[in-house]
Amino acid sequence: MGLDFSVIPPFYGTLLLGVLWTIAITAASALLSFFGGILLAVIALYAPAIIRLPVRFIAWLFMGTPLLLQLFLIYFGLVQIGIDLPAFVAGVIGLGFHFAVYNSELIQTAMLAVDKGQMEAARTLGLSRRQALVKVVVPQAVRDVLPPIGNNMIALLKDSALVSVIGVSELTLSAQRAIGQTYRAFEFYAAAAVLYYIINLGMEAVIRWFENRNRLYR
Amino acid sequence: MTETKSFVEIRHAQKSYGTLEVLKDISLNVERGQIVAIIGPSGSGKSTLLRAINDLDPLTGGEVWLDGVQVNKNLPHNQYEKHINQMRQDIGMVFQHFNLFPHLSVRDNVTMAPKLLKKISDKEANKLAEEQLDHVGMLERIDYYPAQLSGGQKQRVAIARALAMKPKLMLFDEATSALDPELVEEVNLVMKKLAQEHMTMIIVTHEMDFAASVCDRVLFMDKGVVVEEGPPEQVFKNPTQERTRNFLRKHLEGAK
Ligand SMILES: Nc1ncnc2c1ncn2[C@@H]1O[C@H](COP(=O)(O)OP(=O)(O)OP(=O)(O)O)[C@@H](O)[C@H]1O
Ligand SMILES: [Mg+2]
Repeated sequence: MGLDFSVIPPFYGTLLLGVLWTIAITAASALLSFFGGILLAVIALYAPAIIRLPVRFIAWLFMGTPLLLQLFLIYFGLVQIGIDLPAFVAGVIGLGFHFAVYNSELIQTAMLAVDKGQMEAARTLGLSRRQALVKVVVPQAVRDVLPPIGNNMIALLKDSALVSVIGVSELTLSAQRAIGQTYRAFEFYAAAAVLYYIINLGMEAVIRWFENRNRLYR
Repeated sequence: MTETKSFVEIRHAQKSYGTLEVLKDISLNVERGQIVAIIGPSGSGKSTLLRAINDLDPLTGGEVWLDGVQVNKNLPHNQYEKHINQMRQDIGMVFQHFNLFPHLSVRDNVTMAPKLLKKISDKEANKLAEEQLDHVGMLERIDYYPAQLSGGQKQRVAIARALAMKPKLMLFDEATSALDPELVEEVNLVMKKLAQEHMTMIIVTHEMDFAASVCDRVLFMDKGVVVEEGPPEQVFKNPTQERTRNFLRKHLEGAK
């Protein structure tokens, strides 16, 4: 049985839907990982121990265990304690938190690197510590780590394929479904790979636009 | 005993870092509209004293009063935070290294705090920014970012940012020390303008000529104590203390 790419066109619709779901889950998880990363960084640096330590423990769990296992746990495991999440939501939580932990490591380091004079200047004007963090320290820290956060987001896009295992009809699962009907693994996995690559290019363009918008300030 | 008479009063200020005592029982009164310069060798505690006034470096003993209110009041933590944030709105501070917010335009540097803390509208904020920047001669740069400005321009914007809160008192910690010599004058001119407008100011400086020309009073500090204090003519021309004479002589030699 040779290669025959003419099997693909009938599945354009399936694959397109998969692309859209992949974009949706990546975008939602990216947002969660971005804002969650900021929140985790602020907690790690400024929250009292009673909040900081449990949060750090959970973060450590997210970092030290396989994402696949986390997705299983959130989707199949939580049901047992009465939390029945839709697959998409479970996927966003798993991916989002997993990458939030990585983002928070970057943001923490960057927050510590923001000149001490910035906090002082803000406090001197009468801002509370929280206001100074929100208005002065965090925006500068985030700006400084946009490139590595962008890399994390690319990794997130690729790892979004994992949510196929809990039944989110994203690109990988869509390809698998097409293969289930046609037994044409190479063609459809190759098609999925090309589509991932295209999404990737789009995402890099968005990240670059974001970085350029922030480069003005330097 | 707690009644205050002067606009700014520092009473028996004491500050230690561990066993190192950097301020030893310093008292200082400043009247409304007065300008006081603090001079002294490196490490004498000038910055520490200045930063104690707005509680950026809290004292370990003594009191600071501004306009009849104690700045470093003894209050439970949460109440104290509210109180000190309120007090700091009345105390402008200008740093050696400007500390402008690099991610904000000149306009937003000036308006950020008033918008956040005084809840003024965007329109009022813009008017305020234009006024304050015009005052320091930086109106044309209102839409620039700090990275696009020279040191002297940055410091003038930093002064405008502090003034936008309409402070009762301005503190300057070596506002011109980080500047190239040719940029010092533009900042000095702004400070002189404030002096003419009767802004109450406490100025830590290494520039004796400037101190002599704008200040009502000069404090010479060494090793955490005020060694000598008086009008500039007296402290600079006829110092009574040996340590003051030594410092001024060394300073003159250093300047040559
Ligand atoms: N956070 C700190 N921890 C320990 N010691 C400190 C701290 N800050 C300042 N000191 C010490 O306090 C003393 C006074 O410092 P301060 O910065 O007030 O001096 P200064 O008169 O402003 O000097 P300069 O002219 O160099 O700015 C110095 O001996 C300094 O080493
Ligand atoms: Mg100093």
